[in-house]
Amino acid sequence: MEINNVKKKITPYLLVSPYLVHFLVFIAFPVVFSILLTFHKWNIISPMEYSGLNNYIRLFQDKLFLRSLLNTLIFLVIHIPLQIIVALFLAEVLNQKVKLRGFFRAAFFLPVIVSGVVVTILWEQLFGYDTGLLNRILIFIGLGKVGWLVDPKIAMSSIALMATWKNVGLYIVLFLVGLQTVPQHYYEAADLEGATHWQKFRHITFPMINPTIFMVVVLSTIGGFSLFIEPYILTGGGPLNSTLSAVLYIYKQGFSYYHMGYSATLGLFFALLIVAVVIIQKRFIEKER
Amino acid sequence: MKKALFYIILVFGALMFIYPFAWMLTATLAPEKEIGNLVLIPSSVSLNSYTQMFAKIPITRALLNSLFVSSVITLGVLVFGSMVGYALSRLEFKGRNLIFFIIIFTMTLPFQITLIPQYIIMVKFGWVDTYLALIVPYLMNALSIIMFRQYFKSLPQDLIDAARIDGCNELTIIFRILWPNSIPALITVGIITFMASWNEVLWPLIVIRNEDLMTMPQLVTLFVVGGRAESQLGVRLASATVLALPIIVAYLFFQKYFIQSMASTGIKE
Repeated sequence: MEINNVKKKITPYLLVSPYLVHFLVFIAFPVVFSILLTFHKWNIISPMEYSGLNNYIRLFQDKLFLRSLLNTLIFLVIHIPLQIIVALFLAEVLNQKVKLRGFFRAAFFLPVIVSGVVVTILWEQLFGYDTGLLNRILIFIGLGKVGWLVDPKIAMSSIALMATWKNVGLYIVLFLVGLQTVPQHYYEAADLEGATHWQKFRHITFPMINPTIFMVVVLSTIGGFSLFIEPYILTGGGPLNSTLSAVLYIYKQGFSYYHMGYSATLGLFFALLIVAVVIIQKRFIEKER
Repeated sequence: MKKALFYIILVFGALMFIYPFAWMLTATLAPEKEIGNLVLIPSSVSLNSYTQMFAKIPITRALLNSLFVSSVITLGVLVFGSMVGYALSRLEFKGRNLIFFIIIFTMTLPFQITLIPQYIIMVKFGWVDTYLALIVPYLMNALSIIMFRQYFKSLPQDLIDAARIDGCNELTIIFRILWPNSIPALITVGIITFMASWNEVLWPLIVIRNEDLMTMPQLVTLFVVGGRAESQLGVRLASATVLALPIIVAYLFFQKYFIQSMASTGIKE
């Protein structure tokens, strides 16, 4: 009986112990170590060298760091509204009484499941300046060529467009779920009152799908700060660093130049920024409700 | 009239998402000089792009690596996730709330902060260029624990009580009693985990340099970026097609599960 009791007490800890070990080794220690790293200069091979606040001073004077922030901002400003508009629009159409809803939903969802590497290699061809599909279509309908990836002014927007194409299917499905939770009699009551389409959307639909909108905003923000493989394959961060993303810059500092201390400083700073931005977004959207 | 407009929009939308993939597939089968044509049907079918690609990179080996790594990770996440999820939902012990809090906290922690130190750990462990580096850090994940916890909470306590009376230990309860009653949770966690590890590319790029250990996304990325594909469009697209094919085939069969799984994680966040 005594042994059974002890066993009963220990069992839960045995069950969670793999998680605790994993947490300590791969999360707790790295977080502490990364903060430590920000005060050091280190290339992994030679001994760590204490460098005080040098990494932080460098961060705020680093034009490439500011550039990567600006690029992320450009990405988000285009990506977030575009996703919400396209996803809501297609979800609204799908929510009508249409046949083959399952087929259309599956088609919109296809890019979501495919690797970002595939999508990027594919769009590299679509974006091509001379032979790309998009420019061929533009010429076909009588418009001029666009320097999708070669013009520094629009290269980041092109990546935002591609990311929207890849992700929007998930949000179509989520908005569709949201729209279907709106009780039909709300609209019927509004019709009796003579409400316009816009009024119905603003006062009935919008409050119901607000949590979904919040999710799109948060997931896209995290996605924007995590952008890596797209610029890595398409542009390597160019032209003129116009597509240098946060993670690509961390990667370059860490694994092209082996500046571990500075790279960790970038990582820490971007992480804090993500958390701060998401908290602000949460406040803002909850106020809207 | 309105109906017709809806269908036009939907068909146009569907084309926007499917056409590029169809174009990619036909481009890999077309003779090199016809690639870039908007028309989907090439004048003759040739497997030249594929034979060249297979000759240039060990893609079959990478496919096996990807299958191995993703399967082990998925199995690990299912086993460990349900063990922790079970303890958190069905057992009383000191520190339970703290652990739950830690798990929630790690879910909100951006990976940018742990990326560099995790690489350094791999270096210190001597795991760079081993399967261990690809697998071990991913064996556990917070989202799966939360999902199992949630699901196990919804199962009737009688199930567990009856098993205890029969003398089952906790592991037997989890894997023999709860698992058969948790198929939806297993499918959801399984699909999300498998897909995420199948598509992961940043981490492999950091910890693997030996071509024989590379997973498919990494090998294809380096092939395309590193200049070995030269400027041959067909060969580049062929590597992308081979990378996409396994997931697309799985998607064709389990399409509903894919969509439900991904949507449910989205909703819970």
